[in-house]
Amino acid sequence: MEDLRRAAETNIREYGFPVAIDEKSGALQWVDMRDLTVKYIISIENIQNFFEGLKEGKLLATKCRKCGEVFFPPQKDCPRCMDEDMDWIELKNEGTLDTLTVIFVRPPSFAAYDPYTVAIATLEDGVKVTAWLKGDPKKIKPGQKVKIEVSRRKEGYFMYEIVPVEG
Amino acid sequence: MSVAIIGVGHSRFGARKDVNVPELAWEAIKPAMQSANVEQKDIDFMVVGTAGLWSSEAAVPPLLYEYGMFEDVGSMRVEAACATGNAAIRVGYTAIESGEADAVLVVGLEKMQESPNPTVIELIGRFGSYFWEFENFGLTFPGYYALHATAYMAKYGATEEDFAKVAVKNHHYGAKNPKAQFQREISLEQAINSPYVAWPFKLFDCSPITDGSAAVILASEEKVKEWGIEEKIWILSQGVGTGTANLSRRESFTSLKSASYAAEVAYRKAGIDIDAPYRQIDGADVHDCFTAAEIIAYEDLRFAKRGEGVELIREEQTYIGGRIPVNVDGGLKAKGHPIGATGVSQAVEAFKQLLNKAENGRQIDVKNGRYLAHNVGGTGHYTYVTIYGLEKR
Ligand SMILES: [Zn+2]
Repeated sequence: MEDLRRAAETNIREYGFPVAIDEKSGALQWVDMRDLTVKYIISIENIQNFFEGLKEGKLLATKCRKCGEVFFPPQKDCPRCMDEDMDWIELKNEGTLDTLTVIFVRPPSFAAYDPYTVAIATLEDGVKVTAWLKGDPKKIKPGQKVKIEVSRRKEGYFMYEIVPVEG
Repeated sequence: MSVAIIGVGHSRFGARKDVNVPELAWEAIKPAMQSANVEQKDIDFMVVGTAGLWSSEAAVPPLLYEYGMFEDVGSMRVEAACATGNAAIRVGYTAIESGEADAVLVVGLEKMQESPNPTVIELIGRFGSYFWEFENFGLTFPGYYALHATAYMAKYGATEEDFAKVAVKNHHYGAKNPKAQFQREISLEQAINSPYVAWPFKLFDCSPITDGSAAVILASEEKVKEWGIEEKIWILSQGVGTGTANLSRRESFTSLKSASYAAEVAYRKAGIDIDAPYRQIDGADVHDCFTAAEIIAYEDLRFAKRGEGVELIREEQTYIGGRIPVNVDGGLKAKGHPIGATGVSQAVEAFKQLLNKAENGRQIDVKNGRYLAHNVGGTGHYTYVTIYGLEKR
């Protein structure tokens, strides 16, 4: 992409247009002059207790006061009861690993990180959680015991992670 | 009202730097209209399946309306992640079934290479739950399916080598498909020795980033009679399922619930025995965006019992001559996976296979006159199973 941009800049001067030739096909390309940066602003107004909990090292979910359904990720509404009468509960800290993968080819927005392991675990109260797995992915298999820990990420903010339980 | 496919068109798949968006679409629309022997004035609805984001043009139906000189035609853009193509077919199919339209042009289109690869990797990783999976944990499209591959390996003892066998098969047939992105065979060693993308998937477990288009003309039974159409196939049934956005809200990672459900609905509606559907179907295109996904599809579609899908590939039962030939057009793996075009490309393949028009070395034996297409969006976030037949239901 950078090669194409440079070629286009040169071609604006020399040829009169922001164009470049695609190396493989030899086909002429117009190199877009308009950049777009996307950064979403997402409301967490109704789940802010979740983040308060995380700061204290706890993983919180919502639980419907009427039917007892537990929601993780936390939901404001219980669609079964058509109600929003919810309690915030702390999830069980320990569970079992369901599956994992190591992301080698990372999105550009994760370029600051080395290859990372994404895992899914089922906590003792039956709730499943997706998060990064701490430690060597070769030393853990589905079915083994894990726990949830909260720590600050490289980017500085708090996040939960899945950690293998020794022994 | 029965609905038939009366014409098909398919562009060459690959890195199509030689054409822009409407030019690429026209490569499929023109042959579709010519083979159906219809003109612009005969089309009363146009559905365009395209996921977009990575390509410049957003108002794609109007763009094709303008480029193709259509007139007085309704249109719509449809998106269901990688199942976009079949979602577009569904809109056309139901429009005719309900009597709202008589002839519908369905176009599947994607020009992914208008953006550099890293941008595409970034965007395509966002097809699950943005906030709870991507924002904090950077899941990628291969990563989503790799989570399923790991679970399948742990539960049933499949290996990375088993997965590679799917790539070998699909490249074997891709080599015989003149429209495929990769028209070359690969060896098992080549596949196994390629670099990791998302463990346990390596480069050769993954479908590529592709530009391409495919188009079909759908017509009502009435129009088929009125126009005296001889070359046609019928849409016998379609099952559609949806999955949760978050993988963590699902029970199993060794199957896609939306796919099992969609298959069951499609089989029942088409009158196919759900215990051994492969006895009544001559071949299938399944959604092999990643190798393990094809093996899981064998089971979700009941071509094999749970845990035995891997045996089908080990025993080469999904090559021509086996229990049921699968992806003999090269699949997404070798033919390429232009997101919105894939589902429509499957319909084009059903047309070619059932009418004995496939190229040398990749034509199946047509005995029952039925072909199945399994098209998954995201990681089972949407599944469309469509059954095509030579005789109407
Ligand atoms: Zn409730």
